[in-house]
Amino acid sequence: MGSITLENVSKVFGEAVIIPKLDLEINEGEFVVFVGPSGCGKSTLLRLIAGLEDVSGGRIVIDGTDATELPPAKRRLAMVFQSYALYPHMSVRKNIAFPLKMAGASQAEIDKKVSEAARVLNLTDYLERKPRQLSGGQRQRVAIGRAIVRQPSAFLFDEPLSNLDAALRVNMRLEISELHQQLKTTMIYVTHDQVEAMTMADKIVVLNRGNIEQVGSPLELYRNPRNLFVAGFIGSPKMNLITGPTAEGYGATTIGVRPEHVVLSQTEGDWKGTVTVAEHLGSDTFLHVDVPGIGLLNARIGGEMPLRHGDTVYLTPQRDRVHRFNAEGMAIKA
Amino acid sequence: MATTHTRSHARLMMAPSVLLLFLWMIVPLAMTIYFSFLRYNLLMPGMEEYTGFLNYQFFLTDPAFFTALGNTLLLTGGVLLITVIGGILLALLLDQPIFGQGIVRILVIAPFFVMPTVSALVWKNMFFNPVNGIFAWLFKLFGAQPLDWLAQIPLLSIIFIVAWQWLPFSTLILLTALQSLDEEQKEAAEMDGAGFLSRFIYIVLPHMARAITVVILIQTIFLLSVFAEILVTTNGGPGIQTTNLTYLVYAQALLQFDIGGASAGGIVAVILANIVAFFLMRMIGKNLEG
Ligand SMILES: Nc1ncnc2c1ncn2[C@@H]1O[C@H](COP(=O)(O)OP(=O)(O)OP(=O)(O)O)[C@@H](O)[C@H]1O
Ligand SMILES: [Mg+2]
Repeated sequence: MGSITLENVSKVFGEAVIIPKLDLEINEGEFVVFVGPSGCGKSTLLRLIAGLEDVSGGRIVIDGTDATELPPAKRRLAMVFQSYALYPHMSVRKNIAFPLKMAGASQAEIDKKVSEAARVLNLTDYLERKPRQLSGGQRQRVAIGRAIVRQPSAFLFDEPLSNLDAALRVNMRLEISELHQQLKTTMIYVTHDQVEAMTMADKIVVLNRGNIEQVGSPLELYRNPRNLFVAGFIGSPKMNLITGPTAEGYGATTIGVRPEHVVLSQTEGDWKGTVTVAEHLGSDTFLHVDVPGIGLLNARIGGEMPLRHGDTVYLTPQRDRVHRFNAEGMAIKA
Repeated sequence: MATTHTRSHARLMMAPSVLLLFLWMIVPLAMTIYFSFLRYNLLMPGMEEYTGFLNYQFFLTDPAFFTALGNTLLLTGGVLLITVIGGILLALLLDQPIFGQGIVRILVIAPFFVMPTVSALVWKNMFFNPVNGIFAWLFKLFGAQPLDWLAQIPLLSIIFIVAWQWLPFSTLILLTALQSLDEEQKEAAEMDGAGFLSRFIYIVLPHMARAITVVILIQTIFLLSVFAEILVTTNGGPGIQTTNLTYLVYAQALLQFDIGGASAGGIVAVILANIVAFFLMRMIGKNLEG
C-alpha cells in the first residue's frame, strides 16, 4: 500500500504551463521530499496527487489503480496543510474524529482510534480544547492526528513546519521522522527548506519551474548534483560556483566547490584572498573571502578560527570534490 | 492590554458622546412614560389628568392587543425564517463562479435600495392585485381562481413583502461570511471524505453562525416595528388581521386621538422588544463571543 506513480502528468492554469510533462515513481513506505524555490510548482504537484486539482494531462496511479479521475476522498490519501486547516469550532477530539465520522465508523471505533492517535502525538491532555487554545506545534500535531486516524496509504504534507519557530521546527521534524519510522507509510513532504529535505528524506525530488531536475537520496544529490541548479540548491551554505579561466583550467565551463571542501591556509594555497566577513559560530567558522580574479568565495572551517576582516588567507579546493559543469550547466562525469 | 490609566482616559473621552446618546434615549422615553399615565385625548385638549395605570389596563385588556402581539411575533419570525434560509441559499449560489457574477450580485442587492412604502405599493398593485397582478395572471394561466392575496392571506402577503426587502441584507452579510471561509478548510474536509452536504453542515454552517446571529439580531430590531408596509397595503386589516403592535399604537394615537393610550402601548412595545432582545441575546449571544 502506498505506491504512487505519475505518468506524463502536466498542469496548465489558463495560458501558464505550471508543470510540463513529468514522470515520477514513489515507492511504498518511502519518505519523499519535494524541494524547489518558491513558485516552482511543489504545492501544485502535491495538490494534483491529492486530487484537489485536476490534471491537464497524464495519469496518476495510486496502489496500482488509475486514480486520475478519482475524487480526493476516494484516493485514500491524507493531507496536512500549511495553515493546518483545523476546524475552529470543533474540539481537538472532534477534529481528529471528523474523517472517521465521515467514513461512518462506529462511536466505539472512533473513540479508540482518537485516543490512540492522541497518545502517539502527546495530545491526550488537550482533547477537549478548541484549536485556538493550542500552540502552533500542538495545532500541527492535531492536523497530523486528523491525518493518521484514517490510516491512509500515503500522507501529503505541504510545508507543515513553515509557521513554526526554529526550535519547534527542529522538534517537529524529528517527530515526523519518528512517525514515519513507526507507521512506515509513504509520505510526500513539500518544503523549500533544504535542511528539512536533507534530514528527513529517503528520496529528494528537486523541482524547478515544474520540471524535475534530479531525483535521488540526499547524499546522492549532495555528492553528484546532475546540474548547476541542483548543485546550487542542495547544500548549505551554497556551493561556490566559479567560471572563467579558473574553471577552464579544470576543463569545464563552471566548477563548483562546496564551502566545506575548501582547505584553508595562512601561508600557501591555490587562491589568495582577503577575508571580508568572518562568522564565528563556535562549532564552525564561515569565511567570506574575496579572491581577485574569481570573486567572493565561501569557506566553512570546522571549529574556531581566529580570523578577522582584512586578514589574508589561501584557499585550496579538495581536488576530488570539485564538481565540473559544461556550457549547458550539466555535470561532466569524471 | 489597556492600563488603568489609559482606560480612565478613554472613559473621559467617551463621556460626551455617551451622555448625548443617553439624553437622546431618555428624554423621549421619559416623555412617553409621563404621557402614558395621563388621560390625554387630542379631541379634548386641556383636559389632561393623571389616571394611574388605567391606560395600561385598557391597552392590555383590549382584545386587539393580543392579536397585534401575535401578529408582531408571526411577522418577525416569518420574515426571519425566510430571509435566513433564503439568504443562506442565495449566498451559496452567489458564491459559485457563475457567468455575470457581478451583475447578478447587484441585482440581488437592489431590493434593499427600494423604499419600504414604494416596494409595498409595487407589490400591492403589480403583484398582489387580484385583477391586474402578475400572480393573478399566472393563476389564470393555469386555469386557477386568482387569489386576492391581501384579503385572503394578508399577514402572509405582508411577510412576503418584508422578506423580499430584507433578503438582500441577509444575503449580503451571509455571502461575506461564506467568502471568508478558509479555502484550505474546505479542502481539508473534502480530503477527510466529507461530501457537499456534510461540508455544509459541519464546516460552512458553523463558520456562518456568527453572521447568522448578526442578521437575526439586526433584523429583529427592525422587524418588530414594521409599519410602512402595513399602512400602504392593508391598513392593518382586514379587521385587525395585519395589525402589529406598532400599527396598533399608531391607530390608537392618530385614528382615535388617544395619546395616553398610545403612549402606554408604546411602553408595552418597548418592554416587549426588550424581552425579545433578552431572550435573543441569551439564545445566540453564545455565538458572538470568541
Ligand atoms: N489557481 C491558480 N491559478 C493560476 N496560477 C496558479 C494557481 N495556483 C498556482 N499557480 C501558479 O503556479 C505556480 C506554482 O505554484 P505553487 O503554489 O505550486 O508553488 P510552490 O512551489 O508551492 O511555491 P511556494 O514554495 O511559494 O509555496 C506559481 O507560479 C503560481 O503563480
Ligand atoms: Mg506552496
